[in-house]
Amino acid sequence: MTTKNIAGISVDVNEEGYMTNPSQWTEEIAKELAKEEDIELTDEHLKVAKYLREEHEKGTVLTIRMVGKSGLVDIKGLYKLFPGGPLKKSSKIAGIPKPTSCV
Amino acid sequence: MAEKKEEKPLKKVCIICAKGTIEDVYASLVMANGAVMEGIEAKMFFTFFGLDAITKKKMNKLHTGTVGNPAMTMPGGIPFPSLLGMLPGVEAGVSAMMKKQMEDLDIPPVDEFLDMITAGGGEIYACKLATDMFKLKKEDLSEHVIDIITIGDFYALASGDNTQIIFT
Repeated sequence: MTTKNIAGISVDVNEEGYMTNPSQWTEEIAKELAKEEDIELTDEHLKVAKYLREEHEKGTVLTIRMVGKSGLVDIKGLYKLFPGGPLKKSSKIAGIPKPTSCV
Repeated sequence: MAEKKEEKPLKKVCIICAKGTIEDVYASLVMANGAVMEGIEAKMFFTFFGLDAITKKKMNKLHTGTVGNPAMTMPGGIPFPSLLGMLPGVEAGVSAMMKKQMEDLDIPPVDEFLDMITAGGGEIYACKLATDMFKLKKEDLSEHVIDIITIGDFYALASGDNTQIIFT
């Protein structure tokens, strides 16, 4: 585990760049993390990120199916927001650990 | 993984599903969905009894074999006698239980799984030879089926670097 300076804040990250302490997360950090994934962060992205953070806090195992049923965005839309990594990239930007589910 | 530099990451998987039991079909679906979730292209080819998974009338009614399946156990790990599997209703009960357990893990029914895979850009094809054999037409199949194609066509779809063909 290392620390990384993101948006002027010192943040704990693992070797894959996932934040290990979700409480350090801010929207500014999300913006920077999104840039690393070539994503321009919009309110839509943030809504998904916040939803994932809430669910993660509850201890839910995250899946794209869940996000699709959240009413925020359908699965197609989720792929559009986070191309090539609907759950991985969104989790990374949301400052939560890498998802462990296969769906 | 992350510590070693990946020189040639996988770009495309072509998955052939030839069997129609719950476990065979879901193995294919999970692999295809897992691929598109990682940004890997996925193309699926359903043939022989695998066609059940994309046949509208059958896709959500798949079963698992309770006879001649040595890996099968009862809850608690007690061996499941094949003779028991022959009794009417047992196969349906076991299949329903498997579906319930998958639902608990947020694994969707087959039709919804196909929705998810195609939403991520995955492509679904049916085998020409097998559809002819089972007298199935395009309208009998899920609307996600792009086309009924030959195995030769499927190989053509599998061209390109860093592509793998997986047979289940």
